[in-house]
This record gives sequence, C-alpha cells and structure tokens, in this order.
Amino acid sequence: MQKPILFEKPIYLLSHASAVGGEEKKGPLGECFDFCDPSGRFGAKTWELAESELSRITLSLAMKKAGISHRDPDLLLAGDLQNQCVASSRAHACLGIPYLGLYGACSTSAEGLYIGASLLSASNTLHLAAVVTTSHFCAAERQFRLPLEYGGQRPPTAQWTATAGGAFLITDQIPDRPCAKIMGGMIGIPIDSGILDASNMGAAMAPAAAHTILSFFEKSRFSPSDFDFIVTGDLGYEGSEIMKGILCDNSFPLLTNHLDCGTLLYNPEIQDVHAGGSGCGCSASVLSAHFLPMLEKGAARRILFLATGALMSPSAILQGQSIVGTAPLVIFEGEETFH
Amino acid sequence: MKFDPKSYQTLVSRRAARSPILPNCLRAFAVGGMICALGEGLSHLYRAWGAERELSMTLVSVTLVFFAALLTGLGIFDLLAQHAGAGTLVPITGFANSVVSPAIDTKAEGLVLGVGAKIFSISGPVLLYALLSGALYGTVYYLISLFR
Repeated sequence: MQKPILFEKPIYLLSHASAVGGEEKKGPLGECFDFCDPSGRFGAKTWELAESELSRITLSLAMKKAGISHRDPDLLLAGDLQNQCVASSRAHACLGIPYLGLYGACSTSAEGLYIGASLLSASNTLHLAAVVTTSHFCAAERQFRLPLEYGGQRPPTAQWTATAGGAFLITDQIPDRPCAKIMGGMIGIPIDSGILDASNMGAAMAPAAAHTILSFFEKSRFSPSDFDFIVTGDLGYEGSEIMKGILCDNSFPLLTNHLDCGTLLYNPEIQDVHAGGSGCGCSASVLSAHFLPMLEKGAARRILFLATGALMSPSAILQGQSIVGTAPLVIFEGEETFH
Repeated sequence: MKFDPKSYQTLVSRRAARSPILPNCLRAFAVGGMICALGEGLSHLYRAWGAERELSMTLVSVTLVFFAALLTGLGIFDLLAQHAGAGTLVPITGFANSVVSPAIDTKAEGLVLGVGAKIFSISGPVLLYALLSGALYGTVYYLISLFR
C-alpha cells in the first residue's frame, strides 16, 4: 500500500550544485546555475560522453561547495537518460564510491533523493550520500527520437530535454550552517493512462502526478496550504494544465502554489521549446538553483517536490504500447520551520 | 483517484494544440516553391552551358542534394526546416537531409556499424518501398507485355 513516510530525523542537504548547457543559461534562471558550457560539449568528443562529463562536473561542484573533498560519500545514487545509465556509471567509475544507478526517466531526481534519504535514515553506518541526475538534449534526441540535424517540425505538445544536471550531498549529521532538510516523501505508483504519443509526455505524466498529490494529501497530515510551493518536475505547460484538470475532477482544491520546473527553465517568448523543458536534469537543476536556495534563505519554509517521469521506450512505442508515468515525492523544509 | 483512461485519451487529444496548419502550409509553399524555382533556374543554366535536357535534370538533382547535404553538415538545414516543414522535406532536399543527418549522428560509432548500418535509418522505408513497388510494377508490366 502506498504510504507517505516521515523520517524520524531530518536528512540535511549539505550542499548542492547545478550545471547546464547554453539554452538553459539563456532562460530565466540562467544566472542561478553554478556552471555552464554554452556549447553543451563539456569538453567531450561525443554527446554521450558530454553527459558523463556533465554528471562528473556537477558532483565535483557539490563536493567542493560542501568543502569535503577529503571525505568520500558513503554512497552514490546517480541516474541519467541513457541506456543502462551509462553516463552516470562512466562519470563516477573512478571515484571508488559505492554506486547505485537509478532510472526513473525524468523522475530520477526525486527518486534518488528519496532513496538516499531513506537509506541514511534507516542506517547507522551510512552518513553521507551523493545524488546526481543529468540529462543531455543531444544524447536524448539521438537515443529516443531523431538525428540532431534532421529537418523536421516538432508538435506544440513536444518538450525540450534539458541539458542540465543537479547534484546533492545529503547527510544525517547536523551541519554547521543553515541547510534545507528532507523530511520525508512518498513513492509514486506507475500509472498507465494509455498515452501513445511520444510527443506529449506531459499528458503521459500528469495522471501520475495527480495521483501522487491526491494520495499524499489523503494519507498525510498535510494540506496544500502547508507548503509554500508544490513543485512538479517537468509536466511542462501542457501537462501542468492537464494535472490541474484531473485534480479538479477529483474535487481537489485548486492548487494556487503549484510551479513546474519545466515551465521555469526556459523563456517561451524567445526560446522555441514548445511545451517546456523536460529530462531528469530539468527538475534537478531547477531544484538546486531555484528552490533549495529559497529554503536556505528563508524565502520558503516547506516545499513539496514531485519529479515526474514518462517511462518511454522507442521500441515499446513502435509496438503500440502506451507510456507509463510515475511521480515520486519528497518533502523539503527550510532550517527554521516550525512544526 | 477518479480516472477513466478512455475518456482521458479523448480529452488529451482534443486539448492538445494542433500545429498551425495554414501558416505551415504557406511557409512550405513559399520555401518549397523557391527550391523548385531554383531547380528550374539551374536547369536553364545547365542547358545554357550545353547540357542535354535529360542531363540538366540530373545535374539539378545532384546540385540540390549537394547543397542540402552541405547545409545539413553546417547545421543550418534543420533550422530552416523547422520553419519550412514540408517545403524542405518534400523536394529532393529532404531526402538528402534524411540520409546525411543520421550519417553525421552516427559517425562516432564507426564507419561500418555506425554510419554504414544507420545511414538509411530514416530514408530506409522510402528506399525499400520505392524499390519494391518498382520491382512489382516492372513484373506486372513484363507479364502484360507477354500477352500483347
């Protein structure tokens, strides 16, 4: 049975970092990211290796910020959009840190943070975990869609896979500076809503997001007004509207504090990203660059974060199988939250 | 959660914004027309340079394919095609782009299993069914000619 979990002790976000490509830098949050390579190459020869490098850079930035280069994390949870998560395993192969590769499509950021926080919370021997998720537009287009230079038109519901990464260092030990905290979370249920259109991922993920939200507020002591923001990963413009429609059909009060990372990453007026950003780097980078600093500075007290994933395979689509969506959830709090 | 996948799929396809058909058609008409006019101009040029009509047609195709491939390689073709749509896709330029773009994409995977295996990943269906229908047409034509 699906249950929200509140950890006995909070898990602290010791540090976090974000790195992006050129298109993301041009967006409204451009100045907030820690690192940018406008070419998207990150010094690598192929796009796949570029994503690896992005993952490596993002984690090393987070390690540097935490000032713990002398100490390795006890555990590394990382994921990306490439088959077998090769970008992540290659990036961190030489670090000598125990590693679990995660695949939750675009939901990997929340998946990783929730699993990492759960492991730290449940164990007496694990004290520091790293969570890294990345996506790369060029590597994803090549793997899931068409060659990069192919001259086709994208439908209005299509989303733009972000070239972005987010890294988070989490610990169960109380840090010496104000940090955001993970209080708990809930694992999403995979929902097959019968969507066959790979150009409308928002519609494939919206029912899963709505389900997680409905289930969480039904089963927990929280109400939507307890959160400054209810943040979804990458539903985009289309998926966000659809999710609100499903919530409305289920007599759920209108979410006035909902924001979607896919709609925050780009400026639709000048950037041709159609229904908004997507990819597991989208929610991870926006979380690190935008939402966690709000918690650290006291601009927000509590945030509900649902990363949304469309578990799509090109072969399955060609075989007429629909896209299953999922949406794990994490509860973040600022340092000074009153219970 | 109250949720009916059947009615959801209907709702999703009804609410999804459609591509703007009229502006797309107009742009496709303009760009496609310009490419064809350019082809016509080239054909006149080649004939003025002394080529036979048949040969000038072949030379026009070769020239357009060359420039489409060049623009694909320079990363310009897809930017143009984003606006032109069928205008760049339908003429022979689209075919050139559909062969060159996977070739560029798979270069890092080697000349045999990368470029060699994947160069026709987009144009493959066109080639296969064009050849197949050509063969079928030829067979039927041959059979009919036997009884004439």
